Amino acid sequence: MPVEIDIAHVARLARLGLTEPELDHYRDQLAVILEHAARVQELEGEPDVDVTHPLGVVNAFRPDEVRTSLDREEVLGQAPEARDGYFVVPPALEL
Amino acid sequence: MDAPNIATAGEKLRDGSLTAVQLLDGVLKRAADTEAQIHAYLTIDRSGAIAAAETADRELAAGVDRGPLHGIPVALKDNMVTRGLETTASSEILSGYLPPYDATVVSRLREGGAVIVGKTNLDEFAMGSSTENSAYGPTYNPWDITRIPGGSSGGSAAAVAAGSALVGLGSDTGGSIRQPAALTGVVGMKPTYGTVSRYGLIAFASSLDQIGPLSRTVLDSALTLKAIWGHDPLDATSYRGEYPDLLEGIGDGVEGLKVGVVKELSGEGYESDVDERVSAMVDQLGRAGAEVAEVSLPTFDIALSAYYLIAPAECSANLARFDGIRYGLREDGETTEEMMSRTRASGFGPEVTRRILLGTYALSAGYYDAFYGQAQRVRSAIRDDFARAYSSVDVLVSPTSPTVAFKAGERTDDPLAMYLSDICTIPSNLSGDPAISVPIGLDSRGLPIGFQVMAPALGEPMMYRVASVVEQLAGFDAQPSLELVAG
Repeated sequence: MPVEIDIAHVARLARLGLTEPELDHYRDQLAVILEHAARVQELEGEPDVDVTHPLGVVNAFRPDEVRTSLDREEVLGQAPEARDGYFVVPPALEL
Repeated sequence: MDAPNIATAGEKLRDGSLTAVQLLDGVLKRAADTEAQIHAYLTIDRSGAIAAAETADRELAAGVDRGPLHGIPVALKDNMVTRGLETTASSEILSGYLPPYDATVVSRLREGGAVIVGKTNLDEFAMGSSTENSAYGPTYNPWDITRIPGGSSGGSAAAVAAGSALVGLGSDTGGSIRQPAALTGVVGMKPTYGTVSRYGLIAFASSLDQIGPLSRTVLDSALTLKAIWGHDPLDATSYRGEYPDLLEGIGDGVEGLKVGVVKELSGEGYESDVDERVSAMVDQLGRAGAEVAEVSLPTFDIALSAYYLIAPAECSANLARFDGIRYGLREDGETTEEMMSRTRASGFGPEVTRRILLGTYALSAGYYDAFYGQAQRVRSAIRDDFARAYSSVDVLVSPTSPTVAFKAGERTDDPLAMYLSDICTIPSNLSGDPAISVPIGLDSRGLPIGFQVMAPALGEPMMYRVASVVEQLAGFDAQPSLELVAG
């Protein structure tokens, strides 16, 4: 099954700023991999779709207790840019 | 140096003939002698390890015994976070990252008195089967340094094989513990999904990832798993029920057990030495009293296809967190989106980029049902196949990998060929069941061959029972003939 891939659209969705030659390269590789992956269509019959936990774990709750959180300075210390207790990013909206 | 294991070293630590500091010294010396050739470690925490070993000795002298891992040098795959100790997942995007907390497995190792030697190399974000996709350079196989150690836990596997750790932790999403264990001649085990906490494991594919041990012996594997598994409220998928006794069946033999040989995992694409050694072991199990039968699980033929849709889909969602805001690399941009796109293009290597694109595509509008939805149906069908098989056998067996360790660079330009390395291991990840690889011998070139034992969910005691018989029958005691540069 030949696979049609709008690679520039996919890269934009994934926030990957790739060059044209890189996009071409990945499109060709994805086509080969997806052709193999399309073999999932060979499955005969319809299983009960049950993709939950193998041990049936559902709805895990823990007590709503006040606990010590991670140290704010230690956490912000890992950020590329932080100021006054906040993470700093370039403009996200045009003003 | 003799290759000590947890059980033998533990005896000496307790009868006073060995201290944890001496044991660590031997391991660090071995690392100093071998690292230039194999590059198993990204970071060796010498001072932290010495301090932990000194504490272990003081405690033992004072009568405080924290259990089988007390004083034992352990290697950690570098996708498990360690507070204040650089954790990169072998990615440029996390270069210099100092985590503000310990993963649950790390806390449990510390509570168990283990000595953490350092952080081991992996394929970037655990995506790969050769440990060549590391931003910090590949790891090489101690049995032949022109070959890869398998992956993605190749660093931990190589460290255990070379003697620069007694035991290692890895993570297994599609075979990343078992395949490198097979290729380096050590024991590698993936536990039942949900039994070892993933809190602090840098996520690749959350419905498949499990942490497990790489060790020299089957007993060491069980002792290590015992120390790290159990319910953890910090992991929402953590199992809350009863955990079985891992050691209960070891030593009971295989008399009367039913062993199923997976028909789909042999033949075309499998090296003849691998097929022959595995068949010979199956015959030995039969002579040891097991009832052996061939079992067909037809959906295994399309397991790889389902895996290469499900794992990348989950990876594309999990790796969205690497956006240049909270940690790691940032490349400048005029807007937030431009900053993110530049950071991610620059920080991720080719295999990670490929899988993010693949997963994003498989989840995107118009393709979701044909690819991801259908892959989930295959996953369910694989579980049905396993359930049918386990209604007539106690365990399933197969090779761990269709080939022995391949040459460095041999598959780096052919993603599909690389993906085929995991064809025997992927089904147990899709089902969530436990599986182990045990070394059973060497091929004609002197490279290790692994034998896989699979069991149903929470069937670890049965899996270890059979694995310990395999270990005994194989009598595998070869050591890598690593030529030392110094030493």
